[in-house]
Amino acid sequence: MVFFTSLFSSLPGAAAQGLIWGLMAIGVYITFRILDVADLTVDGSLATGGAVCVMLIKAGVDPWLAILAALLAGILAGFVTGILHTCAGIPAILAGILTQLMLYSINLRIMGSAANQAVSVTKYSLLLSQRYVHEFSFRNPILLLTAFLLVIIAILYWLFGTELGASIRATGTNRHMARAQGINTNKNIVLGLMLSNGLVALSGALLSQYQGFADINMGRGAIVIGLAAVIIGEVLFDKLFKNFALKLLGVVIGAVIYYFVIQIVLQLPFFSTNDLKLFTALVVAVFLAIPYFKKKFAKGKAKGGAGHA
Amino acid sequence: MLEVREISKTFNAGTVNEKLALDKLSLTLEDGDFVTVIGGNGAGKSTLLNAIAGTFPVDEGRIFLDGKDLTKLPEYKRAAFLGRVFQDPMMGTAPTMQIEENIALAARRGQHRGLRWGITKADRAHYREMLSTLGLGLEDRMTTKVGLLSGGQRQALTLLMATIRKPSLLLLDEHTAALDPKTAAKVLEISDRIVSENHLTTLMITHNMKDAIAHGNRLIMMDAGRIILDVSGEEKKRLTVADLLEQFTKLSPEGEANDKMLLS
Repeated sequence: MVFFTSLFSSLPGAAAQGLIWGLMAIGVYITFRILDVADLTVDGSLATGGAVCVMLIKAGVDPWLAILAALLAGILAGFVTGILHTCAGIPAILAGILTQLMLYSINLRIMGSAANQAVSVTKYSLLLSQRYVHEFSFRNPILLLTAFLLVIIAILYWLFGTELGASIRATGTNRHMARAQGINTNKNIVLGLMLSNGLVALSGALLSQYQGFADINMGRGAIVIGLAAVIIGEVLFDKLFKNFALKLLGVVIGAVIYYFVIQIVLQLPFFSTNDLKLFTALVVAVFLAIPYFKKKFAKGKAKGGAGHA
Repeated sequence: MLEVREISKTFNAGTVNEKLALDKLSLTLEDGDFVTVIGGNGAGKSTLLNAIAGTFPVDEGRIFLDGKDLTKLPEYKRAAFLGRVFQDPMMGTAPTMQIEENIALAARRGQHRGLRWGITKADRAHYREMLSTLGLGLEDRMTTKVGLLSGGQRQALTLLMATIRKPSLLLLDEHTAALDPKTAAKVLEISDRIVSENHLTTLMITHNMKDAIAHGNRLIMMDAGRIILDVSGEEKKRLTVADLLEQFTKLSPEGEANDKMLLS
Protein backbone atom coordinates (compact mmCIF):
# COMPACT_ATOMS: atom_id res chain seq x y z
CA MET A 1 0.00 0.00 0.00
CA VAL A 2 2.85 2.35 0.88
CA PHE A 3 4.31 1.42 -2.48
CA PHE A 4 1.24 2.67 -4.32
CA THR A 5 0.65 5.84 -2.31
CA SER A 6 4.24 6.96 -2.66
CA LEU A 7 4.23 6.00 -6.34
CA PHE A 8 1.01 7.90 -6.85
CA SER A 9 2.32 11.02 -5.17
CA SER A 10 5.44 10.91 -7.33
CA LEU A 11 3.53 10.83 -10.62
CA PRO A 12 2.89 14.60 -11.06
CA GLY A 13 6.60 15.26 -10.62
CA ALA A 14 7.41 12.53 -13.10
CA ALA A 15 4.97 14.05 -15.59
CA ALA A 16 6.53 17.51 -15.26
CA GLN A 17 10.05 16.15 -15.61
CA GLY A 18 8.94 14.03 -18.53
CA LEU A 19 7.57 17.09 -20.29
CA ILE A 20 10.77 19.07 -19.74
CA TRP A 21 12.88 16.18 -20.99
CA GLY A 22 10.38 15.70 -23.81
CA LEU A 23 11.50 19.06 -25.17
CA MET A 24 15.09 17.89 -24.89
CA ALA A 25 14.14 14.65 -26.67
CA ILE A 26 12.61 16.62 -29.54
CA GLY A 27 16.05 18.19 -29.97
CA VAL A 28 17.61 14.73 -30.07
CA TYR A 29 14.94 13.60 -32.54
CA ILE A 30 15.91 16.41 -34.91
CA THR A 31 19.55 15.32 -35.07
CA PHE A 32 19.26 11.56 -34.56
CA ARG A 33 16.19 10.88 -36.68
CA ILE A 34 15.74 13.79 -39.09
CA LEU A 35 19.40 14.67 -39.80
CA ASP A 36 20.81 11.18 -39.20
CA VAL A 37 23.61 12.63 -37.08
CA ALA A 38 24.45 11.42 -33.58
CA ASP A 39 25.09 14.66 -31.71
CA LEU A 40 26.65 14.51 -28.26
CA THR A 41 26.80 18.30 -27.84
CA VAL A 42 23.49 18.07 -25.98
CA ASP A 43 25.04 16.89 -22.72
CA GLY A 44 26.83 20.23 -22.59
CA SER A 45 24.21 22.49 -24.12
CA LEU A 46 21.54 21.34 -21.65
CA ALA A 47 23.69 22.59 -18.78
CA THR A 48 24.54 25.74 -20.75
CA GLY A 49 20.82 26.47 -21.02
CA GLY A 50 20.36 25.97 -17.31
CA ALA A 51 23.42 28.03 -16.39
CA VAL A 52 22.55 30.97 -18.63
CA CYS A 53 18.96 31.00 -17.42
CA VAL A 54 19.77 30.85 -13.70
CA MET A 55 22.52 33.45 -13.85
CA LEU A 56 20.36 35.89 -15.81
CA ILE A 57 17.42 35.46 -13.44
CA LYS A 58 19.74 36.05 -10.50
CA ALA A 59 20.90 39.22 -12.26
CA GLY A 60 17.29 40.39 -12.32
CA VAL A 61 16.44 39.54 -15.93
CA ASP A 62 12.87 38.56 -16.76
CA PRO A 63 12.55 34.73 -16.78
CA TRP A 64 11.08 34.74 -20.32
CA LEU A 65 14.07 36.72 -21.56
CA ALA A 66 16.33 34.37 -19.63
CA ILE A 67 15.01 31.29 -21.43
CA LEU A 68 15.28 33.14 -24.74
CA ALA A 69 18.94 33.82 -23.96
CA ALA A 70 19.38 30.13 -23.08
CA LEU A 71 17.89 29.21 -26.45
CA LEU A 72 20.38 31.47 -28.22
CA ALA A 73 23.29 30.03 -26.22
CA GLY A 74 22.23 26.52 -27.28
CA ILE A 75 21.98 27.63 -30.92
CA LEU A 76 25.54 28.94 -30.67
CA ALA A 77 26.74 25.62 -29.22
CA GLY A 78 25.10 23.74 -32.10
CA PHE A 79 26.74 26.14 -34.53
CA VAL A 80 30.19 25.31 -33.13
CA THR A 81 29.59 21.56 -33.49
CA GLY A 82 28.23 22.11 -36.99
CA ILE A 83 31.25 24.09 -38.09
CA LEU A 84 33.66 21.55 -36.58
CA HIS A 85 31.82 18.79 -38.44
CA THR A 86 31.16 20.38 -41.84
CA CYS A 87 34.03 22.85 -42.29
CA ALA A 88 36.76 21.01 -40.40
CA GLY A 89 35.73 17.51 -41.48
CA ILE A 90 35.59 16.12 -37.94
CA PRO A 91 33.19 13.16 -37.59
CA ALA A 92 29.88 14.33 -36.09
CA ILE A 93 30.18 12.26 -32.91
CA LEU A 94 33.67 13.58 -32.19
CA ALA A 95 32.70 17.17 -33.07
CA GLY A 96 29.86 16.89 -30.53
CA ILE A 97 32.16 15.48 -27.85
CA LEU A 98 34.65 18.31 -28.42
CA THR A 99 31.99 21.00 -28.08
CA GLN A 100 30.56 19.23 -25.06
CA LEU A 101 33.94 19.34 -23.35
CA MET A 102 34.43 23.00 -24.29
CA LEU A 103 31.03 23.73 -22.80
CA TYR A 104 32.03 22.18 -19.46
CA SER A 105 34.59 24.96 -18.99
CA ILE A 106 32.31 27.59 -20.46
CA ASN A 107 29.42 26.55 -18.22
CA LEU A 108 31.66 26.89 -15.16
CA ARG A 109 32.57 30.39 -16.33
CA ILE A 110 28.91 31.26 -16.84
CA MET A 111 28.15 30.08 -13.30
CA GLY A 112 30.97 32.14 -11.86
CA SER A 113 33.26 29.16 -11.26
CA ALA A 114 30.68 27.42 -9.09
CA ALA A 115 29.52 23.88 -9.79
CA ASN A 116 25.95 24.90 -9.10
CA GLN A 117 23.83 28.00 -8.68
CA ALA A 118 20.41 28.16 -7.05
CA VAL A 119 17.37 30.31 -7.82
CA SER A 120 14.72 29.99 -5.17
CA VAL A 121 11.15 30.49 -6.23
CA THR A 122 10.54 32.42 -3.01
CA LYS A 123 13.12 35.03 -3.99
CA TYR A 124 12.64 35.21 -7.75
CA SER A 125 9.62 35.08 -9.99
CA LEU A 126 10.11 31.88 -11.96
CA LEU A 127 8.02 30.52 -14.83
CA LEU A 128 7.68 27.16 -13.16
CA SER A 129 8.69 25.38 -10.00
CA GLN A 130 8.69 21.89 -8.62
CA ARG A 131 7.09 23.26 -5.48
CA TYR A 132 3.66 23.64 -7.08
CA VAL A 133 3.59 20.34 -8.93
CA HIS A 134 0.94 18.87 -6.60
CA GLU A 135 -1.22 21.97 -6.61
CA PHE A 136 -4.50 22.24 -8.40
CA SER A 137 -3.89 25.75 -9.73
CA PHE A 138 -2.58 27.76 -12.65
CA ARG A 139 0.92 27.83 -11.27
CA ASN A 140 1.18 24.05 -11.57
CA PRO A 141 4.18 23.58 -13.92
CA ILE A 142 2.47 20.78 -15.85
CA LEU A 143 0.00 23.28 -17.27
CA LEU A 144 2.62 25.71 -18.53
CA LEU A 145 4.83 22.91 -19.86
CA THR A 146 2.00 21.31 -21.80
CA ALA A 147 1.09 24.60 -23.45
CA PHE A 148 4.75 25.37 -24.09
CA LEU A 149 5.36 22.01 -25.78
CA LEU A 150 2.25 22.28 -27.95
CA VAL A 151 3.47 25.66 -29.21
CA ILE A 152 6.97 24.28 -29.89
CA ILE A 153 5.53 21.28 -31.76
CA ALA A 154 3.31 23.57 -33.84
CA ILE A 155 6.28 25.77 -34.75
CA LEU A 156 8.41 22.75 -35.69
CA TYR A 157 5.56 21.28 -37.74
CA TRP A 158 5.40 24.51 -39.70
CA LEU A 159 9.17 24.84 -40.00
CA PHE A 160 9.74 21.33 -41.35
CA GLY A 161 6.89 21.82 -43.81
CA THR A 162 8.54 24.85 -45.43
CA GLU A 163 10.90 24.69 -48.39
CA LEU A 164 13.86 25.07 -46.06
CA GLY A 165 12.54 22.45 -43.63
CA ALA A 166 11.86 19.98 -46.43
CA SER A 167 15.43 20.47 -47.66
CA ILE A 168 16.72 19.70 -44.15
CA ARG A 169 14.67 16.49 -44.07
CA ALA A 170 16.02 15.56 -47.51
CA THR A 171 19.56 16.19 -46.26
CA GLY A 172 18.99 13.71 -43.46
CA THR A 173 17.37 11.01 -45.52
CA ASN A 174 19.63 11.08 -48.61
CA ARG A 175 22.65 13.39 -48.87
CA HIS A 176 23.32 12.38 -52.51
CA MET A 177 19.82 13.21 -53.61
CA ALA A 178 19.85 16.45 -51.66
CA ARG A 179 23.03 17.69 -53.32
CA ALA A 180 21.83 16.59 -56.75
CA GLN A 181 18.75 18.75 -56.15
CA GLY A 182 20.91 21.76 -55.34
CA ILE A 183 20.63 21.57 -51.57
CA ASN A 184 23.57 22.81 -49.52
CA THR A 185 23.75 19.80 -47.22
CA ASN A 186 26.52 21.23 -45.04
CA LYS A 187 24.52 24.37 -44.34
CA ASN A 188 21.47 22.27 -43.49
CA ILE A 189 23.41 20.05 -41.10
CA VAL A 190 24.66 23.14 -39.27
CA LEU A 191 21.13 24.58 -39.18
CA GLY A 192 19.75 21.31 -37.81
CA LEU A 193 22.40 21.14 -35.10
CA MET A 194 21.68 24.76 -34.15
CA LEU A 195 17.95 24.14 -33.91
CA SER A 196 18.44 20.93 -31.95
CA ASN A 197 20.82 22.41 -29.40
CA GLY A 198 18.68 25.51 -29.09
CA LEU A 199 15.75 23.35 -28.00
CA VAL A 200 17.97 21.31 -25.69
CA ALA A 201 19.26 24.46 -23.99
CA LEU A 202 15.69 25.70 -23.71
CA SER A 203 14.84 22.44 -21.98
CA GLY A 204 17.83 22.97 -19.67
CA ALA A 205 16.56 26.46 -18.85
CA LEU A 206 13.11 25.12 -17.95
CA LEU A 207 14.68 22.31 -15.91
CA SER A 208 16.83 24.71 -13.91
CA GLN A 209 13.81 26.82 -12.99
CA TYR A 210 11.74 23.74 -12.22
CA GLN A 211 14.31 22.26 -9.84
CA GLY A 212 15.47 25.67 -8.59
CA PHE A 213 19.13 25.36 -9.53
CA ALA A 214 21.57 24.83 -12.37
CA ASP A 215 24.29 22.26 -11.99
CA ILE A 216 27.44 21.66 -14.01
CA ASN A 217 26.49 17.97 -14.27
CA MET A 218 22.81 18.40 -15.05
CA GLY A 219 23.35 17.33 -18.65
CA ARG A 220 25.40 14.23 -17.98
CA GLY A 221 23.88 11.36 -19.94
CA ALA A 222 21.19 13.64 -21.38
CA ILE A 223 21.70 12.17 -24.85
CA VAL A 224 20.79 8.72 -23.50
CA ILE A 225 17.61 9.97 -21.82
CA GLY A 226 16.70 11.78 -25.03
CA LEU A 227 17.30 8.63 -27.06
CA ALA A 228 15.25 6.60 -24.59
CA ALA A 229 12.33 8.99 -25.06
CA VAL A 230 12.66 8.94 -28.85
CA ILE A 231 12.78 5.15 -28.94
CA ILE A 232 9.93 4.59 -26.46
CA GLY A 233 7.82 7.05 -28.45
CA GLU A 234 8.59 5.28 -31.70
CA VAL A 235 8.04 1.77 -30.41
CA LEU A 236 4.68 2.62 -28.83
CA PHE A 237 3.24 4.97 -31.45
CA ASP A 238 4.90 3.89 -34.69
CA LYS A 239 1.68 2.49 -36.15
CA LEU A 240 -0.54 5.19 -34.75
CA PHE A 241 1.34 8.44 -35.36
CA LYS A 242 2.18 9.03 -39.02
CA ASN A 243 1.92 12.81 -39.04
CA PHE A 244 5.09 14.73 -38.19
CA ALA A 245 3.49 16.72 -35.37
CA LEU A 246 2.13 13.51 -33.86
CA LYS A 247 5.57 11.90 -34.09
CA LEU A 248 6.99 14.78 -32.06
CA LEU A 249 4.13 14.36 -29.61
CA GLY A 250 5.03 10.66 -29.44
CA VAL A 251 8.57 11.60 -28.45
CA VAL A 252 7.25 13.81 -25.62
CA ILE A 253 4.91 11.07 -24.41
CA GLY A 254 7.90 8.72 -24.63
CA ALA A 255 9.79 10.99 -22.23
CA VAL A 256 6.84 11.12 -19.81
CA ILE A 257 6.54 7.34 -19.88
CA TYR A 258 10.26 7.07 -19.29
CA TYR A 259 9.92 9.14 -16.09
CA PHE A 260 6.89 7.13 -14.98
CA VAL A 261 8.88 3.91 -15.40
CA ILE A 262 11.79 5.46 -13.52
CA GLN A 263 9.45 6.29 -10.61
CA ILE A 264 8.19 2.71 -10.54
CA VAL A 265 11.72 1.35 -10.59
CA LEU A 266 12.70 3.71 -7.78
CA GLN A 267 9.87 2.41 -5.61
CA LEU A 268 11.20 -1.12 -5.91
CA PRO A 269 13.40 -2.38 -3.09
CA PHE A 270 17.13 -2.54 -3.87
CA PHE A 271 17.10 0.16 -6.59
CA SER A 272 18.44 3.61 -5.73
CA THR A 273 18.79 6.78 -7.81
CA ASN A 274 22.45 5.86 -8.26
CA ASP A 275 21.40 2.98 -10.49
CA LEU A 276 19.34 5.13 -12.84
CA LYS A 277 22.02 5.81 -15.42
CA LEU A 278 22.86 2.11 -15.65
CA PHE A 279 19.19 1.27 -15.98
CA THR A 280 18.59 3.94 -18.66
CA ALA A 281 21.62 3.00 -20.71
CA LEU A 282 20.66 -0.68 -20.64
CA VAL A 283 17.08 0.09 -21.74
CA VAL A 284 18.36 2.20 -24.63
CA ALA A 285 20.93 -0.44 -25.60
CA VAL A 286 18.24 -3.12 -25.74
CA PHE A 287 15.87 -1.00 -27.81
CA LEU A 288 18.61 0.11 -30.21
CA ALA A 289 19.63 -3.53 -30.66
CA ILE A 290 16.12 -4.77 -31.45
CA PRO A 291 16.00 -3.51 -35.08
CA TYR A 292 19.42 -5.09 -35.71
CA PHE A 293 18.43 -8.49 -34.38
CA LYS A 294 15.08 -8.32 -36.15
CA LYS A 295 16.90 -7.79 -39.44
CA LYS A 296 19.42 -10.51 -38.72
CA PHE A 297 16.67 -12.94 -37.78
CA ALA A 298 14.63 -12.10 -40.89
CA LYS A 299 17.70 -12.57 -43.10
CA GLY A 300 18.49 -15.91 -41.51
CA LYS A 301 14.95 -17.05 -42.23
CA ALA A 302 15.12 -15.91 -45.84
CA LYS A 303 18.37 -17.78 -46.35
CA GLY A 304 16.95 -20.93 -44.80
CA GLY A 305 13.90 -20.67 -47.06
CA ALA A 306 16.06 -20.40 -50.14
CA GLY A 307 18.03 -23.42 -49.04
CA HIS A 308 14.88 -25.53 -48.90
CA ALA A 309 13.62 -24.34 -52.26
CA MET B 1 26.76 23.62 -74.60
CA LEU B 2 29.10 21.51 -72.51
CA GLU B 3 32.82 21.93 -72.90
CA VAL B 4 35.16 19.61 -71.02
CA ARG B 5 38.81 20.64 -71.49
CA GLU B 6 41.56 18.16 -70.77
CA ILE B 7 40.35 17.02 -67.37
CA SER B 8 42.31 14.47 -65.36
CA LYS B 9 41.50 12.65 -62.17
CA THR B 10 43.64 10.21 -60.22
CA PHE B 11 42.11 8.31 -57.31
CA ASN B 12 44.21 7.21 -54.33
CA ALA B 13 47.25 9.07 -55.64
CA GLY B 14 50.51 7.84 -54.10
CA THR B 15 49.11 4.52 -52.88
CA VAL B 16 49.20 1.00 -54.32
CA ASN B 17 45.58 1.56 -55.36
CA GLU B 18 46.48 4.59 -57.48
CA LYS B 19 44.17 4.75 -60.45
CA LEU B 20 44.18 7.24 -63.30
CA ALA B 21 40.44 7.45 -63.94
CA LEU B 22 40.40 10.39 -66.37
CA ASP B 23 43.37 11.10 -68.62
CA LYS B 24 43.34 14.62 -70.14
CA LEU B 25 39.86 13.98 -71.45
CA SER B 26 38.20 16.58 -73.66
CA LEU B 27 34.61 16.53 -74.86
CA THR B 28 32.25 19.07 -76.37
CA LEU B 29 28.48 18.63 -76.53
CA GLU B 30 26.37 20.91 -78.72
CA ASP B 31 22.95 21.97 -77.50
CA GLY B 32 20.46 19.17 -78.05
CA ASP B 33 23.12 16.48 -78.40
CA PHE B 34 22.09 13.12 -76.93
CA VAL B 35 25.33 11.26 -76.42
CA THR B 36 25.55 7.65 -75.30
CA VAL B 37 28.71 6.52 -73.50
CA ILE B 38 30.00 2.95 -73.52
CA GLY B 39 33.17 1.29 -72.29
CA GLY B 40 34.39 -1.51 -70.05
CA ASN B 41 34.37 -1.51 -66.29
CA GLY B 42 36.80 1.07 -64.96
CA ALA B 43 36.97 2.94 -68.27
CA GLY B 44 36.07 6.17 -66.46
CA LYS B 45 32.49 6.61 -67.66
CA SER B 46 30.96 7.28 -64.26
CA THR B 47 34.03 9.27 -63.22
CA LEU B 48 33.42 11.56 -66.20
CA LEU B 49 29.79 12.15 -65.20
CA ASN B 50 30.68 12.66 -61.56
CA ALA B 51 33.46 15.08 -62.50
CA ILE B 52 30.94 17.14 -64.47
CA ALA B 53 28.42 16.93 -61.61
CA GLY B 54 31.08 17.99 -59.08
CA THR B 55 30.99 14.92 -56.83
CA PHE B 56 34.75 15.45 -56.51
CA PRO B 57 37.16 18.13 -57.80
CA VAL B 58 39.22 17.29 -60.88
CA ASP B 59 43.03 17.36 -60.65
CA GLU B 60 43.43 19.45 -63.78
CA GLY B 61 41.43 20.79 -66.69
CA ARG B 62 38.26 22.87 -66.81
CA ILE B 63 34.57 22.27 -67.29
CA PHE B 64 32.27 24.85 -68.92
CA LEU B 65 28.51 24.70 -69.31
CA ASP B 66 26.82 27.36 -71.45
CA GLY B 67 29.99 29.44 -71.07
CA LYS B 68 29.98 29.25 -67.24
CA ASP B 69 33.07 27.80 -65.61
CA LEU B 70 31.83 25.00 -63.30
CA THR B 71 35.28 23.72 -62.35
CA LYS B 72 35.40 25.31 -58.91
CA LEU B 73 31.67 25.24 -58.08
CA PRO B 74 30.55 22.83 -55.35
CA GLU B 75 28.23 19.98 -56.32
CA TYR B 76 25.07 21.56 -54.92
CA LYS B 77 25.62 24.78 -56.88
CA ARG B 78 26.22 22.95 -60.16
CA ALA B 79 22.95 21.12 -59.56
CA ALA B 80 21.12 24.29 -60.62
CA PHE B 81 22.16 23.57 -64.21
CA LEU B 82 22.15 19.76 -64.14
CA GLY B 83 19.66 16.93 -64.00
CA ARG B 84 20.98 13.63 -62.70
CA VAL B 85 19.76 10.05 -62.53
CA PHE B 86 21.98 7.49 -60.83
CA GLN B 87 22.54 3.78 -61.39
CA ASP B 88 21.27 2.94 -57.91
CA PRO B 89 17.50 3.61 -57.76
CA MET B 90 17.91 4.35 -54.04
CA MET B 91 20.23 7.29 -54.69
CA GLY B 92 18.06 9.72 -56.59
CA THR B 93 15.12 10.10 -54.22
CA ALA B 94 14.42 10.70 -50.53
CA PRO B 95 12.86 7.41 -49.36
CA THR B 96 11.24 8.70 -46.17
CA MET B 97 9.51 11.55 -47.97
CA GLN B 98 6.34 11.52 -50.06
CA ILE B 99 6.31 11.48 -53.86
CA GLU B 100 4.99 15.05 -54.00
CA GLU B 101 7.56 16.22 -51.44
CA ASN B 102 10.35 14.74 -53.55
CA ILE B 103 9.07 16.51 -56.65
CA ALA B 104 8.71 19.78 -54.73
CA LEU B 105 12.36 19.54 -53.67
CA ALA B 106 13.39 19.07 -57.29
CA ALA B 107 11.10 21.84 -58.54
CA ARG B 108 13.06 24.33 -56.41
CA ARG B 109 16.47 23.21 -57.63
CA GLY B 110 18.70 26.23 -58.06
CA GLN B 111 16.27 28.52 -56.27
CA HIS B 112 16.33 30.00 -52.80
CA ARG B 113 14.66 27.72 -50.25
CA GLY B 114 12.96 29.91 -47.72
CA LEU B 115 10.15 29.78 -45.22
CA ARG B 116 7.35 29.47 -47.73
CA TRP B 117 5.25 26.33 -47.34
CA GLY B 118 6.85 23.45 -49.24
CA ILE B 119 3.97 22.50 -51.55
CA THR B 120 1.09 24.67 -52.72
CA LYS B 121 -2.22 23.57 -54.24
CA ALA B 122 -1.11 24.76 -57.67
CA ASP B 123 2.13 22.77 -57.30
CA ARG B 124 0.13 19.67 -56.54
CA ALA B 125 -2.03 19.94 -59.64
CA HIS B 126 1.08 20.50 -61.75
CA TYR B 127 2.89 17.50 -60.24
CA ARG B 128 -0.14 15.28 -60.74
CA GLU B 129 -0.24 16.19 -64.40
CA MET B 130 3.48 15.54 -64.83
CA LEU B 131 3.27 12.20 -63.01
CA SER B 132 0.42 11.05 -65.22
CA THR B 133 2.67 11.41 -68.27
CA LEU B 134 4.86 8.64 -66.85
CA GLY B 135 1.97 6.21 -67.22
CA LEU B 136 2.76 4.42 -63.96
CA GLY B 137 -0.27 5.47 -61.95
CA LEU B 138 1.91 7.45 -59.54
CA GLU B 139 -0.40 10.47 -59.90
CA ASP B 140 -2.86 8.68 -57.61
CA ARG B 141 -0.21 7.95 -54.97
CA MET B 142 1.24 11.42 -54.47
CA THR B 143 1.44 11.11 -50.69
CA THR B 144 3.03 7.63 -50.75
CA LYS B 145 6.52 7.44 -49.26
CA VAL B 146 9.02 6.96 -52.08
CA GLY B 147 10.69 4.16 -50.12
CA LEU B 148 7.66 2.00 -50.92
CA LEU B 149 8.08 2.32 -54.70
CA SER B 150 9.76 -0.25 -56.94
CA GLY B 151 13.17 0.43 -58.50
CA GLY B 152 11.63 1.23 -61.88
CA GLN B 153 9.08 3.60 -60.38
CA ARG B 154 11.83 5.37 -58.45
CA GLN B 155 13.98 5.77 -61.57
CA ALA B 156 11.04 7.15 -63.53
CA LEU B 157 10.32 9.56 -60.68
CA THR B 158 14.00 10.56 -60.49
CA LEU B 159 13.92 11.26 -64.24
CA LEU B 160 10.91 13.48 -63.77
CA MET B 161 12.64 15.24 -60.89
CA ALA B 162 15.84 15.68 -62.91
CA THR B 163 13.96 17.39 -65.71
CA ILE B 164 11.12 19.26 -63.97
CA ARG B 165 13.32 22.34 -64.11
CA LYS B 166 14.83 22.14 -67.57
CA PRO B 167 18.52 21.36 -67.01
CA SER B 168 21.27 22.61 -69.31
CA LEU B 169 22.61 19.08 -69.23
CA LEU B 170 21.02 15.76 -68.25
CA LEU B 171 23.37 13.13 -66.82
CA LEU B 172 22.10 9.54 -66.91
CA ASP B 173 24.54 7.18 -65.19
CA GLU B 174 23.48 3.67 -66.26
CA HIS B 175 20.09 4.51 -64.87
CA THR B 176 18.49 1.30 -66.13
CA ALA B 177 21.28 -1.13 -65.18
CA ALA B 178 19.68 -2.16 -61.89
CA LEU B 179 16.25 -2.82 -63.40
CA ASP B 180 14.74 -5.96 -64.94
CA PRO B 181 14.74 -5.91 -68.78
CA LYS B 182 11.08 -5.01 -69.16
CA THR B 183 11.24 -2.16 -66.63
CA ALA B 184 14.55 -1.01 -68.10
CA ALA B 185 12.96 -0.73 -71.53
CA LYS B 186 10.05 1.25 -70.10
CA VAL B 187 12.36 3.67 -68.24
CA LEU B 188 14.48 4.10 -71.39
CA GLU B 189 11.37 4.85 -73.40
CA ILE B 190 10.36 7.51 -70.85
CA SER B 191 13.90 8.94 -70.95
CA ASP B 192 13.80 9.17 -74.74
CA ARG B 193 10.46 10.92 -74.68
CA ILE B 194 11.44 13.46 -72.02
CA VAL B 195 14.75 14.20 -73.77
CA SER B 196 13.19 14.74 -77.19
CA GLU B 197 10.18 16.70 -75.91
CA ASN B 198 12.41 19.13 -74.03
CA HIS B 199 15.36 19.08 -76.46
CA LEU B 200 17.67 18.24 -73.57
CA THR B 201 21.42 17.99 -73.98
CA THR B 202 22.08 14.54 -72.56
CA LEU B 203 24.98 12.33 -71.60
CA MET B 204 23.87 8.73 -71.01
CA ILE B 205 26.12 5.91 -69.83
CA THR B 206 25.01 2.41 -70.67
CA HIS B 207 26.44 -1.07 -70.50
CA ASN B 208 24.11 -2.18 -73.25
CA MET B 209 25.58 -1.68 -76.75
CA LYS B 210 22.21 -2.09 -78.43
CA ASP B 211 20.80 0.73 -76.31
CA ALA B 212 23.85 2.85 -77.01
CA ILE B 213 23.25 2.46 -80.74
CA ALA B 214 19.46 2.81 -80.62
CA HIS B 215 19.41 6.00 -78.57
CA GLY B 216 20.84 9.45 -79.14
CA ASN B 217 22.60 11.08 -82.07
CA ARG B 218 26.17 10.44 -81.01
CA LEU B 219 28.10 7.62 -79.35
CA ILE B 220 31.43 7.73 -77.56
CA MET B 221 33.49 4.78 -76.33
CA MET B 222 35.83 5.19 -73.38
CA ASP B 223 38.84 3.25 -72.26
CA ALA B 224 41.42 3.96 -69.55
CA GLY B 225 40.07 7.45 -68.91
CA ARG B 226 40.12 8.53 -72.55
CA ILE B 227 37.64 8.70 -75.40
CA ILE B 228 38.73 6.13 -77.99
CA LEU B 229 35.78 6.35 -80.38
CA ASP B 230 33.39 9.18 -81.23
CA VAL B 231 30.69 8.47 -83.82
CA SER B 232 27.73 10.63 -84.79
CA GLY B 233 25.12 11.28 -87.45
CA GLU B 234 24.60 8.81 -90.29
CA GLU B 235 27.70 6.87 -89.32
CA LYS B 236 26.21 6.17 -85.89
CA LYS B 237 22.88 5.06 -87.36
CA ARG B 238 24.65 2.40 -89.39
CA LEU B 239 26.57 1.01 -86.36
CA THR B 240 26.02 -2.57 -85.25
CA VAL B 241 27.00 -4.34 -82.02
CA ALA B 242 29.53 -6.36 -84.04
CA ASP B 243 31.14 -3.11 -85.31
CA LEU B 244 31.43 -1.79 -81.79
CA LEU B 245 33.00 -4.98 -80.45
CA GLU B 246 35.49 -4.98 -83.29
CA GLN B 247 36.36 -1.34 -82.67
CA PHE B 248 36.72 -1.98 -78.98
CA THR B 249 39.13 -4.88 -79.50
CA LYS B 250 41.11 -2.79 -81.94
CA LEU B 251 41.23 0.46 -79.98
CA SER B 252 41.50 -0.67 -76.39
CA PRO B 253 45.10 -1.22 -75.29
CA GLU B 254 43.93 -4.11 -73.13
CA GLY B 255 42.49 -5.42 -76.38
CA GLU B 256 39.58 -7.41 -75.11
CA ALA B 257 35.97 -6.79 -74.43
CA ASN B 258 35.19 -7.72 -70.87
CA ASP B 259 32.45 -10.18 -69.97
CA LYS B 260 29.91 -7.61 -68.97
CA MET B 261 30.07 -5.87 -72.33
CA LEU B 262 29.72 -9.13 -74.23
CA LEU B 263 26.84 -10.34 -72.14
CA SER B 264 24.84 -7.16 -72.52
